[in-house]
Amino acid sequence: MGPKALAQVLRRVDFPADPEKLLIGLDKADDAAVYSLTEEIALIQTLDFFTPVVDDPYLFGQIAAANALSDVYAMGGQPILAMNIVGFPSCLEAEILAQILQGGADKVAEAGASLCGGHTVVDEEPKYGLSVTGTVHPDKLLSNSGIKEGDLILLTKPLGTGVMVSAIKGGFTESDENNPAVKSMLTLNNIALKYFDQYQINACTDVTGFGLIGHLLEMSENSSLQLKIDASEIPIFAGVRDFAESGLLPAGAYKNRDNYQEFVSETGKRDQTLYDLMYDPQTSGGLLISVAEADAAELLIDLYAEGLDVTVIAKAVKGEKGVKIEWK
Amino acid sequence: MKEIDARGLACPKPVVLTKKAMTENDEILTIVDNKTASENVAKLARKLKAEVSVVEEAADYFKILIKNNGQNKLENSTNKSATAKSTEKAKVYLIASDKLGEGEPELGEILIKGFLSTLLDIKPLPQKIIFLNSGVKLAVLEADLKKVLEDLETAGVEILICGTCLDYYGLSDQVEIGEVSNMYEIVDSINSGDYIRV
Repeated sequence: MGPKALAQVLRRVDFPADPEKLLIGLDKADDAAVYSLTEEIALIQTLDFFTPVVDDPYLFGQIAAANALSDVYAMGGQPILAMNIVGFPSCLEAEILAQILQGGADKVAEAGASLCGGHTVVDEEPKYGLSVTGTVHPDKLLSNSGIKEGDLILLTKPLGTGVMVSAIKGGFTESDENNPAVKSMLTLNNIALKYFDQYQINACTDVTGFGLIGHLLEMSENSSLQLKIDASEIPIFAGVRDFAESGLLPAGAYKNRDNYQEFVSETGKRDQTLYDLMYDPQTSGGLLISVAEADAAELLIDLYAEGLDVTVIAKAVKGEKGVKIEWK
Repeated sequence: MKEIDARGLACPKPVVLTKKAMTENDEILTIVDNKTASENVAKLARKLKAEVSVVEEAADYFKILIKNNGQNKLENSTNKSATAKSTEKAKVYLIASDKLGEGEPELGEILIKGFLSTLLDIKPLPQKIIFLNSGVKLAVLEADLKKVLEDLETAGVEILICGTCLDYYGLSDQVEIGEVSNMYEIVDSINSGDYIRV
């Protein structure tokens, strides 16, 4: 569902919450809920599932798991436990489901967590995802708010998975691991986490359904800072521009644009395709890391050395909250 | 040589521009106007295993010369996987004897078994293993190779056994693993992939 429609529903429901223990709850629109267990351990809980984004069931399983695990990483945590959520048609071969689950299991294993069961229902279309539990030291907890003036925003994966998934579904391109977007969706967001202790990281989130702009707006929401995007630095996957220009932008991209463009200002001459791609909903997208300016170069060097396709896309500056795109 | 004049640019811009240049060029000269930027650019190059030399010509003029040795070119770009895949083409192995090499027959038998067992551990896995001539004996008679060949087959390696050869040795009814194949299919397999004769 789109964020506006969802908010309207959620407003009508009373959710129980222990304000003492619930460090991050529904009100924050963050990546996951965080609950304080002890002074040293906070529990992170998240859930995500969706319909196939690629044809290969094993790859789909891996992508769904990488996507679900990412919410834990975006809070600065380490996943420990996961459970499957499955919808599966009775007319499809059981072997396909076995491959989806194996994909998920292998990704959870790569993350160093345990997978301990789940729940399956008969459904018209396959759906797969996971509920993931993680832990984090409360002092190391990162939320999507907390950006500070002067922070630089790093993005750890290029944009365009939404468009690429449309292209795959339309038969315009292959969905194997040679596809850069597929490869990226398979990649866990845990690499950058290794370096978080060494630098001043003020906020973190991952780019998913609301697109780059939607998630940047969340980061700016609880601050009095504006995120100034350097459009020339926005990375997109090879091939995505052509697909976007051939009309393969998914409906979610238009929904995001309608919801968010009133909070976006611009200077310079707009590149319409790139502008649209900033709203493209991402599956298993990259992390947005808000790092103190003084630490940015060192963190970048470390992430470059890890082979991450990381870019500095924005800066937090004084101004009206929201996003400003600078076209050059 | 690619020259980047990063004077007047705030950190981490000089690092970002240098990294981009390193994916496209073998030699890069980056010029910066402060010590911090020069240290950062040099650090980047070293982390990416390139050769670096820094010349401080003035307090606000640093030259950083980077020799890439080619290894960072394209490596981190989006077509990385495509290039890596194509150079790692899976091979076709032709096993034309039940012994490896010339010398004592006993040693040759030990070696060929060792060879086949090791194939499971190499990356990429063989595309196909073709058993020809006395090589077919390995595929049907050797109990201790059965598990190895089964594992290879499970891992997606095609096992082809020459039908004419099986007939000749009177082993046609003993095939448990792999596929009995004809010369046309064998020649076709050899033509379609990189092949290694063992």
